[in-house]
Amino acid sequence: MNTTSSKIILYVGILAVSIVAPYLFPAYALQLAILWIMILFALTWDAMGGQMGYNSLGNIVFFGVGMYISAVAQIGLYFDVGEYTSAYGAIKVDFDYGQYFTGLTLGVIAAAFGAMVVAVAFGRIVLGLRGPYFAIGTLGVALSAGELLGAWEWVGAGSGISMPVYPGDPDDRSLLFYFMCFAAAAATFFFYRWLYTTRFGLALNAIRDDEEKAEAMGIHTVRYKIVNWAMSAFFLGISGAIYGNMIGFIEPLEVAFPTVTFGIFMVLMALMGGKGTLWGPVVGATLFHIIKEVTWTHLLGWQWVALGMLVIIIVVYFPQGIMGWAHDKWPDFFGIEVEEAPAEDIEEAA
Amino acid sequence: MLFNLQILIDAPIFNVQLLLNGVTVGAIFALAAYGLALVWGVMNVKNLCQGEFVIMGGYIAYYMYTKGIHPMFALPVAIVLMFMFGWFVYRLVISKVIDRDLFTSLLATFGLAIVLQQALNLIFGPEVVTAESGMANRIILGDVAVQDIRVLSLVVACLLAVAVVVFMKNSRMGQAIRATAQDARAAKVMGIDTDQVYAFTYSLNAAICGAAGVLISMIWVIQPFYGITHSIRAFVIVVAAGLGNLPGVIVAGLGLGVAEQYGGFVLGTDFQQVTVTGLLVVVLVILQILMARHRQVVE
Repeated sequence: MNTTSSKIILYVGILAVSIVAPYLFPAYALQLAILWIMILFALTWDAMGGQMGYNSLGNIVFFGVGMYISAVAQIGLYFDVGEYTSAYGAIKVDFDYGQYFTGLTLGVIAAAFGAMVVAVAFGRIVLGLRGPYFAIGTLGVALSAGELLGAWEWVGAGSGISMPVYPGDPDDRSLLFYFMCFAAAAATFFFYRWLYTTRFGLALNAIRDDEEKAEAMGIHTVRYKIVNWAMSAFFLGISGAIYGNMIGFIEPLEVAFPTVTFGIFMVLMALMGGKGTLWGPVVGATLFHIIKEVTWTHLLGWQWVALGMLVIIIVVYFPQGIMGWAHDKWPDFFGIEVEEAPAEDIEEAA
Repeated sequence: MLFNLQILIDAPIFNVQLLLNGVTVGAIFALAAYGLALVWGVMNVKNLCQGEFVIMGGYIAYYMYTKGIHPMFALPVAIVLMFMFGWFVYRLVISKVIDRDLFTSLLATFGLAIVLQQALNLIFGPEVVTAESGMANRIILGDVAVQDIRVLSLVVACLLAVAVVVFMKNSRMGQAIRATAQDARAAKVMGIDTDQVYAFTYSLNAAICGAAGVLISMIWVIQPFYGITHSIRAFVIVVAAGLGNLPGVIVAGLGLGVAEQYGGFVLGTDFQQVTVTGLLVVVLVILQILMARHRQVVE
């Protein structure tokens, strides 16, 4: 009884804070927007790694693919892409409102579906791999993608693409992108919230728990795996398109395919929050992003070492994550019948 | 791209050069890959910081070189230091993840890789360096030149590989390692301290990598962030060769070295790294097709 109303209060509270935040702290609008992107990252990674047990180290590939597709679509609508990129931003192009927003809308849509197509194409190849082979294979895909785009002249090679400039006021721009990020993350959250209640969600969990048995029970595992990967790619493509426009500049290794930064963050955030739970990635991403932003500049160059250590500490000493820990600690709060079984499993395994 | 291919056809002597370069560097890749196969086979840990161990060995040689000592003398130093470092890493991290699921060890070693490469970057800076051996080029066969140091490193790599194989075959510890790899539980019952065996195996791997790194730093270049490529190379070789297949590791290592040289030459140096990562994907796909044959649909 109370859980429903308290949930509604929670959602409304988060909604209110999210809408008010960029107006209250306009200086932090970009950081807050990135926080939503991080939440989206963690959610999409968890759909693969947590719910289906396919731990990918290369999901960032769809982020970069989406970013490039949107850039090419936005520029290609009105200009010749090769000419634009070979000028290295020397052509100053002023997009008017109509052109900019048509481009942006089409770019985001193209990015989402383009990333999906890439996921389906790669899925047939990569998703046949199991466990650690899958993780290393996806890492290989992500690393090659960055290198390949960095050598492709048409899309600007290593020097990247500067995105169309927003025609209006800079304050409006940051608000626009904040709300785009917010909408994308919220859509992702509610989509997965719904998905995990369906038969499809159960099938994903079945694949995670025992793929052979799931197959024996009549689940067409390959199809489920590809569809799930394509859905992750869909949202990651959107996030890539938004992020590229928000940053305003695309570069293959640091911005579009940051395998050792964002690519690892998404794994870390999902693990930190507790993988295989709906709220875990959200909590993990929020906490990670806040900790990162607060401590980052004070670590004086040692922040990346600290990041690596954080990976080790979480993986080695805190594998169940925050939500997993909370489930063990207060099972009543989460509904005891549901949580009893996993807790026993953990004890048996230990 | 086609132009470069044309050069190879017009002047076949370049092929000899590429082959030689590939083989000398590939022998070192095979060495590092053998270390990975050892840890993978014995402990079932996929060590993603393999390349960082290699680069650390390289920096030990580079450090001694800057202090005016010939980098060849760094070989024993690197072996000893990296052995100790491997022991330390095992006790601190690997021993905690060894019986957990495979992704845990993969991610833990990936975290370790980040720590090591960033620490190296802070200590030595991001410049590409090499430990000059000061040895001459030797001209063989017309235009084909081979550096003496490449020949020497090939010999050293072979000697090290033989030493490790002999050690694994004959020594008490080597037998214990092989017994643990076959059946850890049975080995435990027979009185083998498997924890000690694991620690030794991991340290031995680090030492092998360190030695490989010393050789790499002399015949090629090192940089703090080159480690990940070395890790991927080791994975490509081990996956292509299969576990516990020493001749396969050697062949795959030499093959990868040659393939990379050709990829770098024909497609341009920008694509040398892509050749490695691309080969990883190709090897995994082939592996998957081979495995799919075993999983047949029941009619």
